Amino acid sequence: MIEDPYLGKYISCVSARSTDREILKKAQDGGIATTLMVYALEEGMIDGTIVAGEGDRPWQPKPVVAMTREDILKARGTKYSISPQISWLKEATRSFGLDKVGVTGVCCQMQAVRKAQLYPINMRDVPDKVAFTVGLFCMENFPYKSMQSIVEDHAAQSLGSVKKMEITKGKFWVYTERGNVATVPLKATHKYEQPGCHVCLDYVSNLADISTGSVGSPDGWSTVFIRTKKGNEIWSKAVAAGMFETKPIEDVKPGLDLLKKLAKEKIDKNQKTIEERKTFGVNKALRNPYA
Amino acid sequence: MGLLNSIKKIMGWEAKPAQVAMEKKVEATKEIKPVTNKIKIGHVHMSGCTGCLVSLADNNLGLIKILDDYADLVYCLTLADVRNIPEMDVALVEGSVCIQDKESVEDIKETRKKSKIVVALGSCASYGNITRFSRGGQHNQPQHESFLPIGDIIDVDVYIPGCPPSPELIRNVAVMAYLLLEGNEDQKALAGKYLKPLMDLAKRGTTGCFCDLMNDVINQGLCMGCGTCAASCPVRAITLEFGKPQGERDLCIKCGSCYGACPRSFFNLDVIPEFESISEIIAGALKEGESDD
Ligand SMILES: Cc1cc2nc3c(=O)[nH]c(=O)nc-3n(C[C@H](O)[C@H](O)[C@H](O)COP(=O)(O)OP(=O)(O)OC[C@H]3O[C@@H](n4cnc5c(N)ncnc54)[C@H](O)[C@@H]3O)c2cc1C
Ligand code: SF4
Ligand code: SF4
Ligand code: SF4
Repeated sequence: MIEDPYLGKYISCVSARSTDREILKKAQDGGIATTLMVYALEEGMIDGTIVAGEGDRPWQPKPVVAMTREDILKARGTKYSISPQISWLKEATRSFGLDKVGVTGVCCQMQAVRKAQLYPINMRDVPDKVAFTVGLFCMENFPYKSMQSIVEDHAAQSLGSVKKMEITKGKFWVYTERGNVATVPLKATHKYEQPGCHVCLDYVSNLADISTGSVGSPDGWSTVFIRTKKGNEIWSKAVAAGMFETKPIEDVKPGLDLLKKLAKEKIDKNQKTIEERKTFGVNKALRNPYA
Repeated sequence: MGLLNSIKKIMGWEAKPAQVAMEKKVEATKEIKPVTNKIKIGHVHMSGCTGCLVSLADNNLGLIKILDDYADLVYCLTLADVRNIPEMDVALVEGSVCIQDKESVEDIKETRKKSKIVVALGSCASYGNITRFSRGGQHNQPQHESFLPIGDIIDVDVYIPGCPPSPELIRNVAVMAYLLLEGNEDQKALAGKYLKPLMDLAKRGTTGCFCDLMNDVINQGLCMGCGTCAASCPVRAITLEFGKPQGERDLCIKCGSCYGACPRSFFNLDVIPEFESISEIIAGALKEGESDD
């Protein structure tokens, strides 16, 4: 077990890409999240999984309990807006009757799952029925109207025409169906971020069974942390079954150094915010959830 | 990790080689958990619907294991034939206190006097919950009108919110209370850390409401839209609109669950990230037959 103050605890870390061409067609990066959940479903390790599916508006995510390959595939690709994944956590065990629940989501949602397992406040059945979690790396998220402003006002593209969005190399990238590529410098997007993200102390989903993101690996590949015993078991089986191509993380560029740098930047900045909240008013502090 | 490993070792819950001599094992576990060290637990029934007690019982074999190895149920009107409130290590109090009912008021005071740790079991004991809506006038005690959470009458040590509280949280608190009272230094430290946020909830107050999310999470700039609050609400009063919780405030029964469950009410970084080992410790403690002789 490796323990890093910024990258959390993990058993191993690799660069990987799905071998499923259909999944890769619309995956955000290496199709890790989708492929893992499809594999776990088909092998009976989960009965279904919470994913960020399609909402009512263009690029608005909506949490969905997916119980088929088809529904898991519908959630491919990153939506840069809030998808309250955990709102379905208990219902998944009740209305949907799942005994083995999968969860995909960002770092704070992995934290929410673990809190629900250790402190199950009105979360009957949840602690023992969470079967497998895949967490995403996450620097920040945006309210829907923020994302709309970035895409429509700053990048001057209509949301309905967008094929993919991505945050990388210091910019917010918008790719349209017709082949337009527009970028917005992150300097301009910071003010639109969800405020709750500014006290977030996790960049790489430290509490997931397996966590994944793009940073650290070449385009089209993903960086993958295998963190728990359960994650290790599922990952080993999936790799043995030929679901992924893998490369040692040490052999790829830009590698773990960049990831560590970004993780440190995020966490140090947010620690500072938490510190500043202590003296926000005149003899009045803003609340610290970690105290 | 060091702490947790040593606890597992001391409790005899670490993975053991398959061929451990049975004799030795029994002897060793006896040494660790002599029956005399069982703690005394009681269930005190105030004005509640018995749903909390049913949740406790819903631990099934886990409950039997707790009663076999860790705790004696010394008081419980429904399950044990004891009339007067005895000395207890842990009192699990279900229900709120009707202040027009002299006996209830005396009982709750007596409970405080006789117990080392008073736990508000469930939302009625913690926050009043559904009994907040009483206006009296019901048969056969129409004058029984006013119900208060136990924290308005006595000091309370730990809250287990929930309507009903989940069997798993009751189980976790029971195991941790045992470690706190009967464990070694490391075990006490872990149990203390685990219980702290539930003790802080008890200090925080006796009202629970969707409004807590507005006042202490959203208005404080802490909400990140995870949706946990909606999952925890027993009456489905919470929906997420554009990623933020909205409460149907007339539906809210004042159970306080959403706030307790929210990862931004409390998130103890010295406990939750250890979920894997702590879950193993709790599962190990309750494993059927392992230390049975
Ligand atoms: C808000 C946000 C910020 C991110 N920031 C970073 C970053 O800073 N650095 C980095 O390396 N990676 C970041 N990621 C992760 C990255 O964009 C990819 O999601 C990740 O690499 C998985 O790609 P994939 O090809 O394996 O997933 P796919 O196979 O394409 O599947 C995508 C999965 O993501 C889930 N998902 C999509 N949108 C959301 C959402 N809004 N909320 C919760 N779950 C969602 C879906 O349920 C699905 O399971 C971020 C993701 C999100 C949602
Ligand atoms: S930055 Fe943190 S709080 Fe914000 S969405 Fe990402 S994981 Fe959640
Ligand atoms: S549980 Fe807390 S952080 Fe999550 S959506 Fe509800 S109020 Fe926001
Ligand atoms: S909104 Fe729901 S969970 Fe929150 S206090 Fe009201 S009834 Fe309880």
